[in-house]
Amino acid sequence: MTQAYVEDFTTTADGGAAAEPAWLAEARAQAMARFEAVGFPSTRGEDWRYTSVAPIAEADFRALRSASGEVTAGQIAPYTFGHPEWPTLVFVNGRCAPELSSVGALPRGVRVLPLAQALREEPALVERYLTRIAGSEQPAQAFTALNTALMQDGAVVLVGREARADQPIHLVYATDAYAARGAAHLRNLIVAERHAEATVIESYLGTGEATYFTNVVTEVEVEAGATLRHYKVQRESPRAYHVGTVEARQERDSHYVSFSFATGAALSRTNVYTVLAGEGCGATLNGLYMVDGDQHVDHQTRIEHAQPNCFSREVYKGILDGSSRAVFNGKVYVHPVAQKTDGKQSNNNLLLSDRAHVDTKPQLEIFADDVKCTHGATVGRIDETALFYMKSRGLSRDLARRLLTYAFAADVLETIEVDEVRVGLEQLTLERFTGE
Amino acid sequence: MLDIRNLTATVGGKQILNGISLAVNAGEVHAIMGPNGSGKSTLAQVLAGHPAYEVTGGEVLYEGRDLLEMEPEERAQAGIFLAFQYPVEIPGVSNAYFLRSAYNEIRKARGLPEADPLEFLDVMEEKSRIVDMDAAMLNRSVNTGFSGGEKKRNEILQMAVLEPKLAILDETDSGLDIDALRVVADGVNKLRRPDNATIVVTHYQRLLNYIVPDYVHVLAGGRIVKSGGKELALELEAKGYDWLVDSDEAPVAAGAGGAAR
Repeated sequence: MTQAYVEDFTTTADGGAAAEPAWLAEARAQAMARFEAVGFPSTRGEDWRYTSVAPIAEADFRALRSASGEVTAGQIAPYTFGHPEWPTLVFVNGRCAPELSSVGALPRGVRVLPLAQALREEPALVERYLTRIAGSEQPAQAFTALNTALMQDGAVVLVGREARADQPIHLVYATDAYAARGAAHLRNLIVAERHAEATVIESYLGTGEATYFTNVVTEVEVEAGATLRHYKVQRESPRAYHVGTVEARQERDSHYVSFSFATGAALSRTNVYTVLAGEGCGATLNGLYMVDGDQHVDHQTRIEHAQPNCFSREVYKGILDGSSRAVFNGKVYVHPVAQKTDGKQSNNNLLLSDRAHVDTKPQLEIFADDVKCTHGATVGRIDETALFYMKSRGLSRDLARRLLTYAFAADVLETIEVDEVRVGLEQLTLERFTGE
Repeated sequence: MLDIRNLTATVGGKQILNGISLAVNAGEVHAIMGPNGSGKSTLAQVLAGHPAYEVTGGEVLYEGRDLLEMEPEERAQAGIFLAFQYPVEIPGVSNAYFLRSAYNEIRKARGLPEADPLEFLDVMEEKSRIVDMDAAMLNRSVNTGFSGGEKKRNEILQMAVLEPKLAILDETDSGLDIDALRVVADGVNKLRRPDNATIVVTHYQRLLNYIVPDYVHVLAGGRIVKSGGKELALELEAKGYDWLVDSDEAPVAAGAGGAAR
């Protein structure tokens, strides 16, 4: 079942080797060898127990290697939070579309460019980080290995020392019918250098109902004292497959804020991993998933407290209707040296249907003795007491239900610090549940 | 306006109301008093249509309609309002949004045009003054993190906005200090009109110093054991409930609808 993916590698290596730096060719070859050895992850392993990727393995999604598609600016517009003037890179079917992208005049010290261009023209920009943050050694990391082997394009965002990107940087990944049966192995790199500050948004969207596979890896480096807000909005086609991994590495006194909003794809898996590798770091990993029909949505997070005096906050919420399934697996790992760690984690799910199903597993693994960590998970239905209260004020059962459902989601959306993004996602959610 | 005839009800298979009869007319204030577990709150909840209570007998007519056949929201739309003993917290739904939704649902049901957010702002400003409510509380989630007094005040604010014909106050005085009690009672009094009626459910006579009832009914063991004027409340304050609850006259007074009417 891995054959098609291996073939893709062979042809890529032949075609692209000449233009590519040796360190990358070597990384690709190693990654492909690992992928060939382990294949796709199976549900026998802990990391993929509740999510079978057999549909991806069996479909033989072939790598999309050249520019394709007919996506227009008009189709992108509804996804830009009303701010097409933000520095924006648009990718169509896995490749950067310059005619839809507009980076504009960036503040001093800020660079935003397609990975393919960086590799072609300035590989030194990315060499320190690319493939060195995201792990692909474990069998569970097979998708990252595959991505490393096959990546062609993606975004590079570099925010230099003490630079501040005053506007959010928007990375839009659009896929249309031309990508049917294809795979986009996208690779992003975001670096916030010492005391830099930036907001980066990744938006994934399908313009139609094509079946395709997005396999994205985003490597993130947050240097000392830097702040990075990193929002991901996954609204892929309802027949798409999406596997996305974010791996962040944080140096001392840095802040990494992540939000994963997921409503799309037939099957999606989002991994958000961060290592708090210096003292005084903070990590906030929040998310909201809303699925219906036969959708399957899986989030796995890992917060590794490797140094003392760091805090982490995590709230993931899910709303499930129809026969949908959700998986949440959140691990907070506290190393023996990471004293005074302050960690809070929760996952709350709201079931709107008897057929929906959630597997949730918050996990604390603590090897230090002076820490403050809590975690919890809930799976529940609409609160009948609140429902009666609202009905007693004249609201129909249906309206009361929809308001309560929205309220459940609004609670976590409120944590999004960038107003335009928060309001945009609140509006989407409101429309979903109240039709307003 | 409201005619309760020999009403019986159970919760979780346990009989709580044992044949209540009571008539309430426009312009009247009825107080329902009684010891804990007498069925006062159950009566209030049954009138509002709480699904946990099962009506096993009797009937309730509201403006000539069969109240028991109506959904809770239909009752609200028809002008019934229950101020909850324990107002429910709804995190994530702002007070203002909730109030406007309720206001508009009720206006729709009455064939009146809905108010847009700006128009409704004026309504809220006016009504907030009745209960001396800080504007900041309108933007907070419904009852979430409110103190006991703030929750009760919020109930009266809802009542002021929704302008019910029949308001049922379920132990609205419980847990209130004297200042909060005054604010809440003042609010209720300001909302009294010749064409609406109020049922005040309370354990203590104290509230009735501020909301003066026309009739007082004593509930015990799920039935009305005595009815009278406002002086009955004072008698209860002085003598407690025991003389009524244990007395043999209880069954006689059960059909106190006549006294109430």
